[in-house]
Amino acid sequence: MEEIANLFHGFAVVIQPFNLLVMLVGIMLGVIIGVLPGLGGANGVAILLPLTFSMSPTSAIIMLSCIYWGALFGGAITSVLFNIPGEPWSVATTFDGHPMAQQGRAGEALTAAFTSSFVGALFAVILITLLAPLVAKFALQFGPAEKFGVYFLAFCSFVGMSKEPPFKTVASMMIGFALAAVGLDSVTGQLRLTFGFTELLNGFDFLIAVIGLFGIGEILLTIEEGLSFKGGAAGINPKVVFKTWAELPRYWMTSLRSCVIGCWMGISPAGATPASFMSYGIAKRVSKHGERFGRGEIEGVVAPETAAHAAGTSALLPMLSLGVPGSPTAAVLLGGLLIWGLQPGPLLFVEQKEFVWGLIASMYLGNVVGLLVVLTCVPLFAAILRIPFGIIAPIILMFCAIGAYSVHNSTFDIVMMLVFGVIGYVLKKCNYPLAPLVLAIVLGDKAEEAFRQSLLSSQGSLGIFFSNGLVSSIMALGLIALFWPLIQEAFTRLRTRPAL
Amino acid sequence: MDEHPQGARGGGPSHRSVEIGVALFTAAFALIVVAGSVQAGVGWGAEGPKAGFFPFYVALVILGSSIINFGAVISRRSGDRLFAEWGQLGQVMAMLVPTAIYVALVPWIGIYVASVLLIAVFMRWLGRYGWGMIAAVAVGVPVVTFVIFEKWFLVPLPKGPIEEFLGF
Repeated sequence: MEEIANLFHGFAVVIQPFNLLVMLVGIMLGVIIGVLPGLGGANGVAILLPLTFSMSPTSAIIMLSCIYWGALFGGAITSVLFNIPGEPWSVATTFDGHPMAQQGRAGEALTAAFTSSFVGALFAVILITLLAPLVAKFALQFGPAEKFGVYFLAFCSFVGMSKEPPFKTVASMMIGFALAAVGLDSVTGQLRLTFGFTELLNGFDFLIAVIGLFGIGEILLTIEEGLSFKGGAAGINPKVVFKTWAELPRYWMTSLRSCVIGCWMGISPAGATPASFMSYGIAKRVSKHGERFGRGEIEGVVAPETAAHAAGTSALLPMLSLGVPGSPTAAVLLGGLLIWGLQPGPLLFVEQKEFVWGLIASMYLGNVVGLLVVLTCVPLFAAILRIPFGIIAPIILMFCAIGAYSVHNSTFDIVMMLVFGVIGYVLKKCNYPLAPLVLAIVLGDKAEEAFRQSLLSSQGSLGIFFSNGLVSSIMALGLIALFWPLIQEAFTRLRTRPAL
Repeated sequence: MDEHPQGARGGGPSHRSVEIGVALFTAAFALIVVAGSVQAGVGWGAEGPKAGFFPFYVALVILGSSIINFGAVISRRSGDRLFAEWGQLGQVMAMLVPTAIYVALVPWIGIYVASVLLIAVFMRWLGRYGWGMIAAVAVGVPVVTFVIFEKWFLVPLPKGPIEEFLGF
């Protein structure tokens, strides 16, 4: 009951005029970021983070999280109209969304996509409202060993659930940890890995890494593939919207299943992209019209969009309650918390009630506003996509440079951004996942601190990580996640053997 | 030497050679981190694990994964896939070189003037626009950015002699 009161208090914070304005601006910027190639949720939020330095933390997080919702919505527009996924998680939306647009049903596909996104997000926000305070309360009892266990679990799930080769995921993740270690050691106050370069004293900032890896790297990929926008017409009128809404309840089962898949994948840091593919795949297998998937089936739009949004939203649950972000964008938001002087983690729910519940309330309202904005402004956003790449590319580059510079007011960071961009381009082309690298840079110091504190209290024995029921089960879950592909394989082999 | 069976328009570096390069790069990175960690001390000190303790083991894991990734590439049958065609890489370089010059110029002439040049160069090279259009966009966008960042949000960005001359 206390949560309900807190939530209403949160709504009171959100409906202050300034916060509503910030929310609208955030959504609009977010959709533009989602529509433009080379600008995604994570680096879009990273670039715009400096703009929030002068705001109160609550207004700042409302703006940044609304950019994130906007980006989630925006990805669908380009997928349906241009067959170009603006975001990786909208790839699965192109399978049926674009064929629908080609058949002249773009309005229907877009309405279905936006509405499903909204449903997915709403489901995840309700889950966050109910679960996050409980998880946070539970996590308050965690000591260093349990904290490290949670980080261990998060990173193991990356390795186990990634569709990239496991050792590439491990390499990329560990490079992130090594980069995080550069500079001042937070425990002993000693300098390390700087090799005498004063530029490295403060280490590598993950915001620079995000802007370089995702921003510059993505632009390089886009230009290599050579872009040509051949878009369908983008007409949405109220008649189409209401007609589609009348049709959608038929797919409630697909919707519910996709919500569950999305939330599950979002909380464990597998992320929105695999969630959308998995949801599409299962919907195709289960649906009565499975054979029509890929040729413009509305169910094939509902499934991935619902799951992607549910995953993208629920990624904030572990970020808020445990301080472990479930996605790169959540990681950037977490970095924002640190910059605004808030300590992410379970204590947030005790010490920063207004902030937490303001954020949660803004998720409800932000998604309603987002749905209205995208339904009414599709032609405007489609027009942005028609701006030729020769104009839009240098402008995106400029904003990346501005974002990188203003993190620490350092021009050296712009150089680092470019270096990260080239590295990101090559790594991405060689199937090294970038998300674990970024998350490791964000969490590296905290994971290391928890690890060293635990070892200190156990005089160096690794047994501390299995010293009580709680930490043992977290670590065991981590190991299961790590070896999940092997376990799955063994399982299917066991099941098929009797048949032979 | 059948490096490019895809053969469309000329060849390019094979995917395999780039992957080998990346594995060697990560291994080299690991060795640098090992060296740095040893410098900082990898054992136990008075206050528990020394500063280099954690990065040292992290680096060992990177080294191990690099070796496994390297082995995986080597054992795969010879590369039948291109990393990218030379033409595509040319496109990437056409993007990368002006950007690198841009980044180098920012500390000297400020981000706004550098952006004017960057946008103008891209519009001329990639888009082949007329000079009127180029002037409008290349000057207009940085000016709007200036107003948004310096005036509304009070975020100072690097400025050069021209801004100083204009009195900002």
